[in-house]
Amino acid sequence: MPGHVLSPYLPILVLMIIALGFGLGSLVAGMLVRPRRPYPEKLMPYESGNPPVDEPRYRFSVKFYIVAMLFVIFDVEAIFLYPWAVTFDKLGLYAFVEMMLFIAILMVGYVYAWKKDAFRWE
Amino acid sequence: MNPYLFGYLGAAILALSALSLTRKNPVHAVLYMIVMFFHLAVLYLGLGAEFLAAVQIIVYAGAILVLFLFVIMVLNIKEEMEGERFSGGWPFGIAIASGLFLLVVLITGNIVPGQQGPYTPGVIAAQTNTKLVGTLLYTQYIFPFEIASLILLVAVVGAIVLAKKKLR
Repeated sequence: MPGHVLSPYLPILVLMIIALGFGLGSLVAGMLVRPRRPYPEKLMPYESGNPPVDEPRYRFSVKFYIVAMLFVIFDVEAIFLYPWAVTFDKLGLYAFVEMMLFIAILMVGYVYAWKKDAFRWE
Repeated sequence: MNPYLFGYLGAAILALSALSLTRKNPVHAVLYMIVMFFHLAVLYLGLGAEFLAAVQIIVYAGAILVLFLFVIMVLNIKEEMEGERFSGGWPFGIAIASGLFLLVVLITGNIVPGQQGPYTPGVIAAQTNTKLVGTLLYTQYIFPFEIASLILLVAVVGAIVLAKKKLR
């Protein structure tokens, strides 16, 4: 039995155990049920029926990295919204104005990213 | 916090960190790290710091490790997996790490607790951690909070300038 501080989080633990059990259970059930007759062609990565010409892992352009970078930044921005939302009823208009300022400053970055086509996949 | 639970979390965090350090495949290392971060989040929850736990999962397990996976994608993973996992400097690293550990062991015996501040565990537990963080962040620490948005803005611009091939 976990300590009383953690008791409210017990359902999350139960959910995680169920999710883990479902994932592992499906894999094990599949392993037990399916016939297993491998041959080299079957084990090849599927590439529209053609024999694969190259390794699936090669170096990607750094431009994909931007997406991850921007995700991290806006994720950190979103984190600030949590304590704001929890305390909003107590702090009122003052907190509203400062959060709008916060978002406005970041909106500049968002507009910049948009204008520079950072969200375009090319 | 229940000592058995703490023991499990500590052991799991150490084991997962060691696993993540010793994996040759960087993707596996990152996956062990995600599990380790979830254990850390539970540790924070046990300390009553639920906001920190949420940050741990949303920012670290969610965003930072996605960034790590992207970095691994940009690397040539095949080449990385062929070489030795550790370069020659590891005995030196172990010596430094054990020295630091010894220092921690020596110091923990002689800690003099400082004066108790206004935010004791009792006060925090009464208000809940997230609420207290919010109240302080959006009143007393409003200026650092707005500065944080500027730092994030610099990061957005910097990422685009560095990684975008041709700026329009």
